[in-house]
Amino acid sequence: MTRPEAGAITTFIGTVREFTKGKRTISLEYQAYKPMAVKMLQTIGKEINEKWPDTVVAISHRVGHLQISDAAVVIAVSSPHRRAAYEANEYAIERIKQIVPIWKKEHWEDGESWIGDQLENVPYATGKPEIGDEST
Amino acid sequence: MIKVLLFADLQETVGKEFITFEENELTVTALRTEIKNSYQYTQIDNAMVAINEEFAREDEIIKTGDIVAIIPPISGG
Repeated sequence: MTRPEAGAITTFIGTVREFTKGKRTISLEYQAYKPMAVKMLQTIGKEINEKWPDTVVAISHRVGHLQISDAAVVIAVSSPHRRAAYEANEYAIERIKQIVPIWKKEHWEDGESWIGDQLENVPYATGKPEIGDEST
Repeated sequence: MIKVLLFADLQETVGKEFITFEENELTVTALRTEIKNSYQYTQIDNAMVAINEEFAREDEIIKTGDIVAIIPPISGG
């Protein structure tokens, strides 16, 4: 991230939240379709480089069992000026929630459940999300 | 033979990490129907399908040897 061309580095850390709408989470479990997840994260990096030239992006996502306040995802973006670093960082987390095959299982006080799409944006018209610059 | 990887709630519903089909060819739509008929998984219409690690359209044809995955609604991040 640190490089002579950069004037800004934004970091986002997504952490495990204890209470969601009054419901208490004890712990979380993430499962990933790893080869495809890595491919999709690389795609997000490419999309960001196209939309915000001169940015450098790094993304890491945990899998397995996580406790409250553990870091689940870390996104860092560096750019010559701050605006691109902020915008690209937010874009990255939104895209992760759309196209990266990772699933969260919540373990609550009174049970457990796999969590579905939090953005409520499926099904897609063509059955798949748009990737890169393809138009459907 | 077509191998189909399962994840999250679908993996738990079926009780397996993958299932196989004897067909040499299968459309994405036909795959959905097979899953719907064989397992009590109502979320299948909200799931996406990936062929060889790329999201697939409904009319795409799965061929023998392809790596297929059913992607239930995702919840990473």
